[in-house]
Amino acid sequence: MTVTRFQELIAKNQVAHSRRRRITNAVMLSVTGLLTLLALIPLFWIIGYVIYRGGPTLNWDFFTQLPRPLGVKGGGILHSIEGTIIITFLACLFAIPPGVLAAFYAARNPNTTLGIALRFSTDVLAGIPSIVMGLFVYDLMVVPMKHFSALAGGVALAILMLPTIIRTTEEMLKLVPHTLREGSLALGAPEWKTSLSVLFPAALNGIVTGFLLAIARAAGETAPLLFTALGNDTFNVGLIVKGGVQAHQNIFTILGRIVNQPVDSLPLTLWKYAQQPYPERISQSWGVALILMIFVLLTEVVTRLWIENRKRSMQG
Amino acid sequence: MKIVTSSQRDNWIVRIRRSTHHGDILWSGLVILMSVFVLVLVLEIGWMLWQQSVEARHTLGWDFILPRLDSSWDPATGVFQAWAFIYGTLITSIFAIILAVPISFGISIFLAELCPQQLRMPLNWMIELLAAIPSVVYGLWGIFIFLPQVVVPVGDALFAAFGHIPVLQLVFTGPIPQSGSSRLAAAMILTIMIIPTITAITRDVLLAIPNSQREAAMGLGATRWEMIWQVLLPYGLSGILGAVILGLGRALGETMAVTMVIGNSLESSGSLLKPGYTMASLLANEFGESVSSMHTSAMVEIGLTLFVITLILNIIARFLVWQVARRTPQEARA
Repeated sequence: MTVTRFQELIAKNQVAHSRRRRITNAVMLSVTGLLTLLALIPLFWIIGYVIYRGGPTLNWDFFTQLPRPLGVKGGGILHSIEGTIIITFLACLFAIPPGVLAAFYAARNPNTTLGIALRFSTDVLAGIPSIVMGLFVYDLMVVPMKHFSALAGGVALAILMLPTIIRTTEEMLKLVPHTLREGSLALGAPEWKTSLSVLFPAALNGIVTGFLLAIARAAGETAPLLFTALGNDTFNVGLIVKGGVQAHQNIFTILGRIVNQPVDSLPLTLWKYAQQPYPERISQSWGVALILMIFVLLTEVVTRLWIENRKRSMQG
Repeated sequence: MKIVTSSQRDNWIVRIRRSTHHGDILWSGLVILMSVFVLVLVLEIGWMLWQQSVEARHTLGWDFILPRLDSSWDPATGVFQAWAFIYGTLITSIFAIILAVPISFGISIFLAELCPQQLRMPLNWMIELLAAIPSVVYGLWGIFIFLPQVVVPVGDALFAAFGHIPVLQLVFTGPIPQSGSSRLAAAMILTIMIIPTITAITRDVLLAIPNSQREAAMGLGATRWEMIWQVLLPYGLSGILGAVILGLGRALGETMAVTMVIGNSLESSGSLLKPGYTMASLLANEFGESVSSMHTSAMVEIGLTLFVITLILNIIARFLVWQVARRTPQEARA
C-alpha cells in the first residue's frame, strides 16, 4: 500500500499548498481594501470634527469684525480674510505670467537642454520645504526693505505656486490637438499669435483650474508667511482707504500703504490662536479652520471635476 | 501677402515686426527668458542660503551638523550645534515612512489592481484630499483630538511592549507625556500627510506596467496576490522606491503640523515617546526672535541643510521614477 500512501501525501500536500495560496491571496487582497478604509478615517474625522467645532462659531460678525481684546465677547477675523485675499492676489500676480510663459516653452520644447533643465528645476522647486521659501524671501525682501509686508508674503506664496502652475499649464497645452496649431500656422499667423490666440484659449479652462488648484494650496500655507507677512491684527483695508481718500492720496499711494504693511492670513491666525490658552481663542481657531477647509476642499473638488471633464472631452 | 508701402516702411512698428519675423523672436525670447528665470530662481534660493549662512559656516564648521550625544543650542552663549534638530527630523520622518509605506502600498494596489471602476475615481479623490487639507488644520486637530485619543494609547502600548528590551529601550523610553506631544505624535501626523504622495506615485507606477506582465503571471497559474507581489512590485521597484523617497522629502520639510504636536523641547533623550524639535519646527519657532546675527546665520544654515537634503532626495527620486517611465512604452499602458 506504499503507492496509495505516497499519493495520499502528495494529494494532501497539494491541497494544503493550494489552499494556503488561495487564503494568502484572499487575506492580502482584503488587507489592501482595509488599508484604504484606514486612510480615509482621518479624512472624515478631521472634516467632521472641524465642522462640529467650527460651525457654532461662524456668524456674521466673525466675517465682518476685527478681533476684540481678550475677555470681550464676539469679534471676528476680518483682518485675516482681507490679508489672505491680498497675499493670494499678489501671489497670483507674480506667479501666473512667468509660470504660463515658461509652460509654453516646456510644452513646445520638452527635449531641449533648457526644456529638461526647466522640468528638473520645476520638480526641485516643488520639493523645497515651504519654510525654506520663507527664509529665502526673508533674505530677499524683508531684510533689504527693513520691514515685514504683504508684498513679501505674496512673493513667498508665488514661488510656492509656480511649480503647480507650470505643470498644469504645460499638461493642458499638450492636450490641445496639433491640428489646431498647424492650421493656425498654415493660415500665416506667426508663432506668438498662434500661441496666444489659438492654443491659450483652447486650453484656458484647464489652465484656470490649475490656477485655482495652486491658489487653494497656497491659501492654506502658513510656514512661508511666518517671517514674511508676519501678522497684524489691526490691519483694516477699509480704514486705510478711508484715511487715504480723506488725505487726497492717489490710488497708488493707497495701494502701496496696503501692500507695505504686515498682514495676517487665515492659517497664520489659526496658528496663533491655537497656541493661546484661552477657550474663546481656541474656538475661534476652529472657526478659522472651518473657513479654510471649506475654501480649500471646495476649490479642490470643483477644479478636479472640471479637469476630469475637460480631459475626457479633449481625448474623447 | 501684405503690400508694404513706402510710408509704412518708415513706420518703426513695421520695421520691428519684420526684423523679428513678425514678433516670433520677441515671443520666443520672452518665453525662454521666463524658463531661464525659473532655473535662476532655484539657483538663487541655494545661493542666498549659502551666502546668508556664511558666518555660521565659517565659525562653526562641520561641527555644526555632525552627530553628537551632548549637542547644545544656546543663543545666549553662542553655542550652536544642530544635531538635536537633525536627529528629530530624521527619526520622525523615518518612523513616518515605516508606517506610511505599507499603508500606501496597500492603497495603491487596491486602487490600481482591484478596485471596481466606479469606485476608483472617488477613492482617488478622497486620498488626494488628504493632501489638500492645510497643514495647520492637521496641527489643530492633532493637538485636540489625535494626540489624546490615538497617540497617547499607542505610545503607552509601545512603551509597555518595547520599553524594557535592551536596545529598543533607547528609542522607546517612556512614558509618553499626558498631552501626547512627542516625536511619536509628529511621526504619526506625518504618516497621514505623506500617504497621498506615496500612494499617487506608486499607483501611477503600477498603472504604467504593461498588461502583458499581468497576463503572463496569471497564465502561469499565479494567484492575483502572487502576480502583484512577485511580478508587479519587482517590475516597478525603482519607481516605487522613488515614490518613497519623495514621501520622505515631504516629511522632512513639513513644518506647521509638526511644530504644533512635537512639543518643541530640547530634551537630551533620543526617545520617540519624548517631546523634541525638528529642523523645520526650530525655524518656525525661533527665526522670528533671533537674538544675534550669529543666531540668524546658524538658523539659515539649518535651512540650507534642509534645502540640500531635499534637493538630493528629489534628484534621486526623479531619476528612479523616470527610469520606469522610460522603459515602458506609452502604448503598453493599462
